Parts: sequence; structure tokens; C-alpha cells
Amino acid sequence: MNTASNEVIAEFVDVHRHYQMGDNIVRALNGVSMQVTKGDYLAIMGRSGSGKSTMLNILGCLDRPTAGEYRVGGRDVSRLSDDDLSDVRGREIGFIFQSFNLIPQLTVLENLEVPLFYQNRVGAESRAKAEYLADRVGLGNRLDHRPLELSGGQQQRVAIARALMNDPLFLLADEATGNLDSNTEKEILGLFDDLRRDGVTIVIVTHNQTVAGHADRTLWLRDGQVECIVDNLAERAAGSAAEAGGHA
Amino acid sequence: MIADLMRTVRLGLKSLMLHKLRSSLTTAGILFGVASVIAMLAVGEGASKEALDRFRDMGVSNVLLRSKRPEETQASSSNSRFSINAFGLSYAEADRIQGLLPTTTVVRVREVVRGVVRGENWSSTITVGTEPDFLRVTNMKIREGRWITPLDLHNQENVCVLGESLARKLFPLENPMNQTVLVGTEDRFRIVGLLDYQGRAAGAAGTTYDECVFVPLSSSRRRFGDTVLNPTNNRFENIELNEIKVQARDGGEVEAVANVLRELLLPKNGSSVHKDKGDVEITVPLELLQQAEASKRMFNLVLAVIASISLLVGGIGIMNVMLATVTERTREIGIRRALGAKKKHIIQQFLVEAGVLSALGGLAGVALGMAVPYGIEHFFEQKTLILPPHVLLAFGISAAVGVVFGIYPAWRAANMDPVEALRHE
Repeated sequence: MNTASNEVIAEFVDVHRHYQMGDNIVRALNGVSMQVTKGDYLAIMGRSGSGKSTMLNILGCLDRPTAGEYRVGGRDVSRLSDDDLSDVRGREIGFIFQSFNLIPQLTVLENLEVPLFYQNRVGAESRAKAEYLADRVGLGNRLDHRPLELSGGQQQRVAIARALMNDPLFLLADEATGNLDSNTEKEILGLFDDLRRDGVTIVIVTHNQTVAGHADRTLWLRDGQVECIVDNLAERAAGSAAEAGGHA
Repeated sequence: MIADLMRTVRLGLKSLMLHKLRSSLTTAGILFGVASVIAMLAVGEGASKEALDRFRDMGVSNVLLRSKRPEETQASSSNSRFSINAFGLSYAEADRIQGLLPTTTVVRVREVVRGVVRGENWSSTITVGTEPDFLRVTNMKIREGRWITPLDLHNQENVCVLGESLARKLFPLENPMNQTVLVGTEDRFRIVGLLDYQGRAAGAAGTTYDECVFVPLSSSRRRFGDTVLNPTNNRFENIELNEIKVQARDGGEVEAVANVLRELLLPKNGSSVHKDKGDVEITVPLELLQQAEASKRMFNLVLAVIASISLLVGGIGIMNVMLATVTERTREIGIRRALGAKKKHIIQQFLVEAGVLSALGGLAGVALGMAVPYGIEHFFEQKTLILPPHVLLAFGISAAVGVVFGIYPAWRAANMDPVEALRHE
């Protein structure tokens, strides 16, 4: 069942990103076009050097394309000022990092409030929301703990809750399970599945097949270009159909 | 807005608590700077207030002429000890000054050391013979009874007014008013008035007016004579007047009056009896006051330089630590930027942190700076004076130092590339 509607929330239009390295120009992205629609669960894969990180940075509005357009929620953000990009990050994007990236001196509650703090939205409401989201990721009783008092899996749950605090257009996860053991990885991926079922749009950058396997679609990058986009749903459907056929 | 700032301050404190030792060592620079400035200001203020008060007590519109014992020369000391040592100011001179400067008030003062006895209580003190205008010129107050009147002077009455501590010493239990005291060995004086506590030095060194007894000038001359035995060197001395207080009509006239008197008694060019003898000195409280104020300004200037240097050193310490902090927390900066922080938020965060760091040092410095003068006053009997504006100024500057020296580190933090910052280990 595909919950994705046709509303495009993030779109690359012939995006290039070139770096000057001495005398050479490195073409990290070389004409990438793609769309993320509402409710999508997209994995971006590729070998190292394929342009994954660059694509992640641009998707996250941490970097700007050299040429081409990047639209978030229909708005071209590729020429925005630093302050405006900060606003887009703060309002539209929920970051999840490989190494969790919680701020060590803050409690779980305070970490959850950080994104709203920069939009002057901290108060009773943000506290209620943090409590709700902490509960949702299964850490409702840990609000006063420091990150280092939590296990890796718990820290990543806090990070996921934090990414949801600003009701982003989409979650952007960077190797979200790279620092976790396989059991914990399963839990986190399960949490992503739950979120997706609730209609959260997820873009996950990874080189892990298992992780990508949970996504609806996988975009393969190679040498800064889109190699192919695989529809995992269709393959899964075909697979189970074949299995069903086999049994019949 | 305030809530946001409070929150930022609280987060700043949390971050500083990550490195307690480092943070406290850094604040120590500011602490000692602020403490030393406050302590030095307090000591300086105390000392100069003492001097300024003393000169003000002498009366800023007064010029004081005092007789002093001339240096003993070979010739004078080889004279027989029965010869009379005559020196100092005379009645005739006082009259001449009054004639020369009609707008001034001239008050003649004669000081004789005598024992003052009341029953079993006695005190060897100065009997001040003077005139009715003395009270106004010295700006003293009567507590009870009255002061010496022209009639007392005319009739050479045996009446006296007691200084506050002398009255307490001679009459510990009864009211001294209208009682009599024995001055010297044979003269009884009736007490007609009591002075308020003054707490200021009399003309003679080491004595305050509170310990003196005041009698009409004419009575002093009549009872004690012009020639008295000086008990310190057992020689007879003839001093008509120990002091002439000349009060100008207002402060603006003081300088002119002082110049006339100098020219009259101690001319710069040419000679005079007093100049040759060296038996008169002229004190102009207003001039002393101005000198004291000038030297206080100089002291404050030196202090300001020292304060600037020590706060500069403290500020450099803060900048150093903030630069280290920014480098250490590169990743945190990256995270905050990814979560929507603008450059100004990062700048604000580190400025507040630097400000909190130095304000803490400033607070501790204020505490120490106020404790030190207290100790100095207690152990060295040196007057100190802590002025609230000085404390506020020192604290304000210390906080400002933190912010100023935090600007560059904060700017560095804000201008990091978020991508690089996030990749930082």
C-alpha cells in the first residue's frame, strides 16, 4: 500500500555541485534530478565518492548547488542567504545523524527543545511536545537524563524525537544506524517504519542494504549522477507474489 | 526576550561547568583585577576623604596664621634658661590685619597648657583663650548653654566652655552646667556652655578641640599673663597669640587675603621679623584642599591605568579560553547550525558565555574587593571608603571586558562552515 500522495516536497532539478580542488574541478554532483513526494520513504545509496554526502548536504540546506535548482516545499532554496537557509533547516528539515549528535551538557528535554529555541518557540507548548515525542520513541521517563547516561539506541531515539520537534516536511537521516549493533538497528528501523506508516516523509542516506531495504524506493548514485531508482515496493510485491506462486 | 536571555545564560553556565577548573582559573584574572581596583579605590578614597575633611574642618574661607617655636639656635640656647623666649604673633599684628582687611573676620586665639581640675577628676589640657567670633569661624556648635560673649570679654569674666570629651572626663556623672573648674592652680572658672562633639584637631598637634576648655581671651591674658612656663623645655616663653584666624567674606576672596597676609608677614622678597625668625606659618586650607584634590585626581588616573592593564590581561585570558572552547565545541556548533541556528544565535551564545564568565569573575572580585578594605581598616587602622558607584563601575567594566574579548571567538564560531563543523571529531 502506497501512502505517498503526489505532493512534491523536495525536488532536485539538474543539480550540479562542483568543488575547486587546486587546478582540478571535482564534479561531486553532475546533473541530478529527482523528487521526494509526501509520505515517501527514500533511500539514497552509492559507493563512497559517488556524491552521497554532497547530496545529503544540499538536501539538508547545509550547502548550495553550484548550478540547478533545489526546491523545498515548492520554493527554490538554492540561492538563499545563510540566515534564510538556517530558517529552512529549522522549519522544514529534521536531521538524524550517524553519531546521534546530541549536545552533551543538555538534558534530553533540553536537547529536544533546541530546534524550537531558534524559532523562539520554547515554552509550555514545546515542553508538552517534547514529552509527547519522547513518549512516542519510548523514552518518556528519561527526560532529565544526560545523553551520555543513555545507550546508543536510546540516544538515537532522542535524536529522532528531536528531528520531529519542528514538524518537518521530511526527516533526513545520515547513516542513522551506522553506530548501532544489529539488534538496535532493527529497533530503529522499526521506528522508522512506524513513522512512515504515520505519514512521515523519510530520506535516508546509507550504504547498508538492510537499511535501504526498508525504504519504498532506493536511489543509486554513481559518479555524481543518478544511476537508477529502484521501486522496492514493486520488487517486494513481485517477490511475495513469486513466493505465493511458488506455494500454490 | 528576557526569558530567552535567561535561558541562554543558564545554558552558558552549564557549558562553563563542563570545565570547572579552567573556567575558574580564567575568572581569576578578572577577579583579581576587579578586587584590586575596588580595594585601591576604597583605600584611596578613605585617605583622601580624611585629608579633605581635615582641610574642610579648618574652614575653606579661612587663612590660618600660627605662631611656632623658632628653631633653637646656638645663641638662644646658650642664653640663660631664665631669659624669656619671645616669639610669635602679637595683639598689635592682629589689630593691623583687621585694619588692613576690613571685610574679614579676625579671631585671636591664645593657647595655654594648664591642668583643669574638678574634684578628683583632672586633665592637663589646652586652655583656649579666644573671642566670640571663634565659634562661627571654626563652624562649631554649642550643645548646651552659651558661647563666650562680648560682655564676657569686656568684663574679663571667669567663664568657660568645655569641649565634649573634656566635659565627660571631668563630669562623668553630673551636669557640668554652672559648675566650676579649677584652671591652673588658683583660678576658678564657671561653666556656661558645652560644645557638641567636633572630632577635629585643634591648632596644637595631637589635641582635639573636644579636649579643650575655652575662655575669654581677655580673661586668659589677665589670669595667666603673657609670659608662661613651657613645661616641655622648662623655659619661659612670651607668646601673645598662638593663632590668628582670618576668615574671608567668601571663598573667592581667600586667595587675595592669603596673598596680603603673606606679603605682610612672610614677604617673598625682602625681609620681616617673622621671616627672619621663622616663628609664623601661614596655612590656607583652600589651597591644601585644592592640592589634595589634584593629587587625588592623579591617584585616580594612575589607578585607571592599572585597572585597564589588569582588565586587559583578564580579557586576554577570557579570549584565550573562549577560542579553545569554540574549537572544542566545533561539533556542537555544527549541530546547532543544522537544527536551525543562525549565525547571530551562535554569536549570542558565545558572547553570553564569555560575559557570564567575566561577570562571575567580576562578582567574586567585588566580594573580595570589599573584604580587603574591611581587613585593612581592621588591622592597619587606615580609613577606607567603598563608594557604590565604584563597585558598580568595576563590575560593569568586567562584564563588558568579557563581551568585548568574546567578540572574536564568537565571530569565529559563527562563521564556521556547518558541513565542516559537523564532520569535526
